[in-house]
Amino acid sequence: MKENKKENAKVYWKENIRYVLILLSIWFAVSYGAGILFKDVLNNFKIGGFKVGFWFAQQGSMYVFVILIFVYVRLMNKLDKKYGYDA
Amino acid sequence: MMHSLLIEGIGVQNWTYILVGLTFALYIGIAIWSRASSTKEFYVAGGGVSPLANGMATAADWMSAASFISMAGIISFAGYDGAVYLMGWTGGYVLLALLLAPYLRKFGKFTVPDFIGDRYYSKTARIVAVFCALLVSFTYVAGQMRGVGIVFSRFLEVDINTGVIIGMLIVLFYAVLGGMKGITYTQVAQYCVLIFAFMVPAIFISIQITGNPIPQFGFGGELADESGTYLLDKLDGMSTELGFAEYTEGSKSLIDIFAITLALMVGTAGLPHVIVRFFTVKRVKDARKSAGIALLLIVLLYSTAPAVAVFARTNMIETVSNQPYHDVPDWFKKWETTGLITFTDKNNDGLIQYLADKNENELVIDRDIMVLANPEIAKLPNWVIALVAAGGLAAALSTAAGLLLVISSSVSHDLVKKIINPKISEKGELVAARLSAIGAVCVAGYFGINPPGFVAAVVALAFGLAAASFFPAIILGIFYKRMNKEGAIAGMVVGIIAMLLYMIKYKLGWFDEVLPDKSEWWFGISPEGFGSIAMCLNFIVSIVIMSFTPSPPEDVQEIVENIRIPSAVGEANSH
Repeated sequence: MKENKKENAKVYWKENIRYVLILLSIWFAVSYGAGILFKDVLNNFKIGGFKVGFWFAQQGSMYVFVILIFVYVRLMNKLDKKYGYDA
Repeated sequence: MMHSLLIEGIGVQNWTYILVGLTFALYIGIAIWSRASSTKEFYVAGGGVSPLANGMATAADWMSAASFISMAGIISFAGYDGAVYLMGWTGGYVLLALLLAPYLRKFGKFTVPDFIGDRYYSKTARIVAVFCALLVSFTYVAGQMRGVGIVFSRFLEVDINTGVIIGMLIVLFYAVLGGMKGITYTQVAQYCVLIFAFMVPAIFISIQITGNPIPQFGFGGELADESGTYLLDKLDGMSTELGFAEYTEGSKSLIDIFAITLALMVGTAGLPHVIVRFFTVKRVKDARKSAGIALLLIVLLYSTAPAVAVFARTNMIETVSNQPYHDVPDWFKKWETTGLITFTDKNNDGLIQYLADKNENELVIDRDIMVLANPEIAKLPNWVIALVAAGGLAAALSTAAGLLLVISSSVSHDLVKKIINPKISEKGELVAARLSAIGAVCVAGYFGINPPGFVAAVVALAFGLAAASFFPAIILGIFYKRMNKEGAIAGMVVGIIAMLLYMIKYKLGWFDEVLPDKSEWWFGISPEGFGSIAMCLNFIVSIVIMSFTPSPPEDVQEIVENIRIPSAVGEANSH
């Protein structure tokens, strides 16, 4: 029984880490990628009056951050249920 | 007719008294209603705050005088480079929500040193953490009290020192009486005040300049004058004409932008006054959710700030550049008397030359004016101008209160209860908590009135200090079961010392006759960005030392396994 519980926790943790890694790579891509490292390339394109790199640095990355947290909240609420940790 | 005359008749000054008076009465009312009666209420508001209330409180706690008053101004002078603050001060919340908040909530104690002390089973670790928490919080709080004083002096024409003392008394009242409980609910009110005060002028000005009521879209849109020109193109053009870098390009080096953004993000996630807010919610899932709500509410202001920056800069250049000095509008003269705008007619042509070239430039503008005088520059009604004062005060007071709580709980809980006198009664600890809150307010007030020259320089570095000390210790504590006390302590000590030394050498210049030049920075990284290097040092030292020292005891490893799963949350008063 106790072994089962331990195994459950282990699998839960693994899935959690997978979510975290995926979401953090998006976090990195929009801010450090689009907003900093590839800013100059992206600045050759425009959306309305915004150069794309500039927009990611001063607007887009922040919006993505908010979305990432809420996605994580949803994923984890589901995961908690799946492994019986939502009590 | 009579009515509108009456409204017209109320000047900026009186509007400011009315709005500031009303908001202060509100804060005091909330403080009386939410007095703390136990240490649990004092430290973590009883642990039953709803995710929405905690999100709002976190947002107000987080957004300081610097976010409200200075940030848009900094961006408007820095252009693209200002993005380091925008991304840095928001991206940290992703780290908080994904890597820290849920686990610290599950751990369920009162303070950050609590976690460090228990996870690393060591009084030394706890003391190092207390030292770091105090260092970070004091550098930060001094700047807030100064911000309160400045708002008072500019809008109410009282002396800066009187302003600081009034601010101290207000914070003292609700922090000492209500502790975290009082602070939480006043912060909820303060968030509403500050976001309203920031958005109203931004929306007005966006409509004026671009015809779009949403500033976030407006600043990427075309000008309202139907010329078909994009606002940002116009500003890029004006900037290069005056010799500045293109607004959307910036001038800092890539590596420094990268390092500063990282240091600010990680520092944000490691600031004790932010982390401790997640101890106040009921469940692990509430901690995640309230981090999301907090960031949403923060981004509302942070995504508006770069728009305000563009509007303000365009307005400012258009109003003053190459205009005859004797024709300047009233606000120019008014802010000139405060010394925040200075004009010297170097070539005696009677025109204002605002240029990038320092030898020819005749106009010096303090960055704070960009937000404070923005409504006046755009000729908005008096009540909007007064609203900005109330908002600035809300921002400064809410952050100051959050920091003071960290300082007082570090002293009363981590030092008095956990180290000096573990047998202290609940009542005694509450008294100690209140006394240390009073002490902390006095110290903060002292620094507000007599700011040592280095305070302003150091506030921005509080993030570097947090990044260099707490962040790695907490992350390793959660994600690396094998991490032991020797590794964590060594890492924190090395991280914080490296940060302090770099800061003293390259920011304060105390080691040399003159402040060393930029060209001497390691890898071209500024002191503001060095936090990310110090953080890496901390990680490396921790792991190296750990591999030569024994594993943590079995029961500590069990703590780690336990905080990784969300159910069966321990009550926050479980000790």
